[in-house]
Amino acid sequence: MSTVRLRGFGHRHPGRRRWAVRGVDLDIAHGERVALLGPSGAGKSTLLAALAGLLPPEAGDREGTVEIDGRDPREARDRVGIVFQDPQSQLVMERAGDDVAFGLENRGTPPDDIPRLVAAALDRVGFPYPPLRATSALSGGEQQRLALAGALVHGPGLLLLDEPTANLDPPGARLVREVLAAVGDTTQIVVEHRIAELTGQLDRIVVLEPGGGIRADGPPEKVFAEHGDALAADGVWVPGLPLPAHPAAGPPGEELLRAELLGFRPVFTGLHTTVRAAEALAVVGPNGAGKSTLARLLGGLLAPTDGRVAATAALAGPDADRPPHRWRARALAARIGSVFQNPAHQFVTARVRDELTLGAADPARADDLLVRLRLDALAGANPHTLSGGEQRRLSVATALAAAPRLLVLDEPTFGQDRRTWSELVALLAALRDEGHGVVAVTHDDAFRSALGARALRLGAREPAEAAR
Amino acid sequence: MNRATPIADPTAPLARRNPVAKLAAAGVLALALVISLDPVGPAVALAAELAAVPFFGLRYRALGRRTWPLLVGVAGMLFSLVLFAADREHIVASALALALRLLAVALPGVIVFATTDPTDLADALVQNARVSPRFAIGTLAAWRLVPLMGEEWRLIGQARRARGIDPGRDPLARLRLLASASFTLLVGAIRRGTRLATAMDARGFDSGVPRTTARVQRFGAADTALVAGAAVLAAAALTLSVLTGYFNPLFS
Repeated sequence: MSTVRLRGFGHRHPGRRRWAVRGVDLDIAHGERVALLGPSGAGKSTLLAALAGLLPPEAGDREGTVEIDGRDPREARDRVGIVFQDPQSQLVMERAGDDVAFGLENRGTPPDDIPRLVAAALDRVGFPYPPLRATSALSGGEQQRLALAGALVHGPGLLLLDEPTANLDPPGARLVREVLAAVGDTTQIVVEHRIAELTGQLDRIVVLEPGGGIRADGPPEKVFAEHGDALAADGVWVPGLPLPAHPAAGPPGEELLRAELLGFRPVFTGLHTTVRAAEALAVVGPNGAGKSTLARLLGGLLAPTDGRVAATAALAGPDADRPPHRWRARALAARIGSVFQNPAHQFVTARVRDELTLGAADPARADDLLVRLRLDALAGANPHTLSGGEQRRLSVATALAAAPRLLVLDEPTFGQDRRTWSELVALLAALRDEGHGVVAVTHDDAFRSALGARALRLGAREPAEAAR
Repeated sequence: MNRATPIADPTAPLARRNPVAKLAAAGVLALALVISLDPVGPAVALAAELAAVPFFGLRYRALGRRTWPLLVGVAGMLFSLVLFAADREHIVASALALALRLLAVALPGVIVFATTDPTDLADALVQNARVSPRFAIGTLAAWRLVPLMGEEWRLIGQARRARGIDPGRDPLARLRLLASASFTLLVGAIRRGTRLATAMDARGFDSGVPRTTARVQRFGAADTALVAGAAVLAAAALTLSVLTGYFNPLFS
C-alpha cells in the first residue's frame, strides 16, 4: 500500500492562463479510500494524471511537490495503477488475458510468471470468462473489470480511478463498485460524479476548490453534512438530497407518432407504441435490447426492416402519408429533433451560436435558446472545446433550433453532474408542458420518475434472433 | 467486419506457420513477379498459389468472398484497357499479363492476412523480425479501434440528417458534407487514439524497460521451409518464363 503526499501542488497546462489545479496540500495514508470531488474544472483529472506520472513537468507549469511513497510519481509508476472512464480506449489487446499481460510485458516480467499473475488478477476482479475471451465481446461493465485487472496485475500500492463508472449502465457500474469494495492491499483515489453509491465504501472525501486549494476534507458523512448544499449546487451528487420532481401539468395530448409492428432485425421486431404531445415516454430495458435503435427509428434516421413508423397530420402536415425516414432532412429537423448519446456527433460548425442559427427558422430563436440553456456566455466558443455538461446542453439546443414538435433523446443524462441533470429535467418538463412530445432512451430511473414519464420496456434480445 | 480478420482453419499445416515466415514468403514471390513483364511467370506462380490455398485451411469460396473487390478491380482494368486501346491485338496480351501479375502478387498477401491473427503477427514481428514493439504493438492497439470507426461514421451521418442537413443531388454540397463529416470522424479518432496512448503509457508502455513477451512465437524448420518453398516457386516461375522466351525484364 502506498502513501501520497502533496505540498503546494499546482499544474497549469501549456498555453492556458488559468491553473488547472493549485495550492493543494494533501496527505493520504496507507490503504485509505478517498474520493476527490469538486465542480467540473476544479482539476480533479489533472491531479490524478499527476499522481499517475502522466504529466511530465515540461508539459506546462509546475508548482510544489507531489510524492508517492516518497518518490516522484514518474519514478513510482510501478507502484500505481490507473483506470479511466472509457473502456473502449483503454483495452489494448484482442483477448482478455493478453490485455492483462500487457502491463507485465511492459515492465519486463519474466514470461514464466505471466500466466500465473494474469490468472490471479482476473480472479481478483471476478472476471467470469476464460483468458482467451475476445475483449470486444464483453459488456461495458465487464470491460471495465478487465481494465481493473490490467491495472492491478503488477500489484500496485495505489489505485487511481478516473470516473470508472461514468460510461456504464447501472448493472455495469455495480460490477465495478463490487470489485473496488473487494480489492484490498491498495490505497484508492477515485474521481466520480455519481458518488452516492460509492459512499459506503469510502473512508474520506476531499473537495477541491476551483480557484485553488482544498475546500473540505473528512469522512463522507461529515463533509456532506457541512458542505452538502454547496456541493450539490456545484453539481456533486450528494447522497440523500431530494431531487426535483416535474410531473406533467396536464393529460397527454394528440397522437404524434405511431409504431406499428415495428422492427429492425436482428435487434427487435413486433413493437407497438404511440408517442403523444405533452407526454414524456421513457424507453427502458437492458443493454442490447435495441433502445438506441428504436430512438433512431422514431427519429426518422433509420429505415425499419419490419413494420412502420407512421406520423400523424398533427406532426407531419402534408407529409403524414410518408414515413419519417423518407422525409427530407430539413423537414425532419423541423418536426422531430434527435439528441445523440455523444453530443460531439451533432456539431457541424465552429461556433456555438452558428450551431443554433444553422437550423433555426429565425435568429431570435437561437438567442433565446442560448439564454435558456445557459450558453450565452459561450456563444463564440468552438463546440468541441466545451465541457461535457456544456456539450450536452448545446446538443439539446441544436435539436430544438428548428422548433420540432417532438424531441427524441438517447441517454440525455449519461455522465452528467447534478446541476446539468437538474437543468435538463426542468427543460424537458417545460417543453412537455408546452405541448411537445418527449421520448428519452434512459437507464436513469431518477430521470424517469422526475418527469413522471410513461415507461416503454424493451426486453432482452431473444437468443434465436441474436444468433442471426 | 475487418477485411483482415482471419477466416481460415488455424490448425491447417501452412496456416500454423510463423506470421513472419508467411510475410517473407509473400514478399519473395512479389519481388520475383515484378521483375518481369511477361505472362508466363505470373501464370505459374498463380497456379501454385491457388493449389496451396487448401493447405492454409482456406476454402476457395471464403477466399472468393474476401477477394471479390480485387477481382472486380482487375476485371475492370482488363475491360477498359481492351476497350479503349488503339492497338487492340497487342494490348490484349499485355493486359492479360498485367492482370495475372496483379493477382499473383496480391493473392499471397490476401492469404497471409486471411490466415493470421493480428496479435500473432505483431508478436512475431517483434520476436522474429526485430520490429520495434512501440511500432508493432502500437499499430495492433490502433487496429482494434478501426471497427469502431465504421459505427462512428454511420452515427455521424444520422446525426447530420437529424440536424436537417442533407446534400440532396447537389454534388458540391455532397462533397462539403463528406468533408465536414470526415473532419468530425477524424477529431473523434484522434481523441480516442490519444486516450488509448495515455492508457498504454500508464501501464508502462513507455517505461523503457526491455519488454518481455507473454506469447512466444517460434520460427522453426517448417517456417524456413515455407520461405524456401516460396523462393523455389519464384525461381521456377522466372526460369520457365526465360526458357519459353517470354522473359521481359522491367528495367531493360
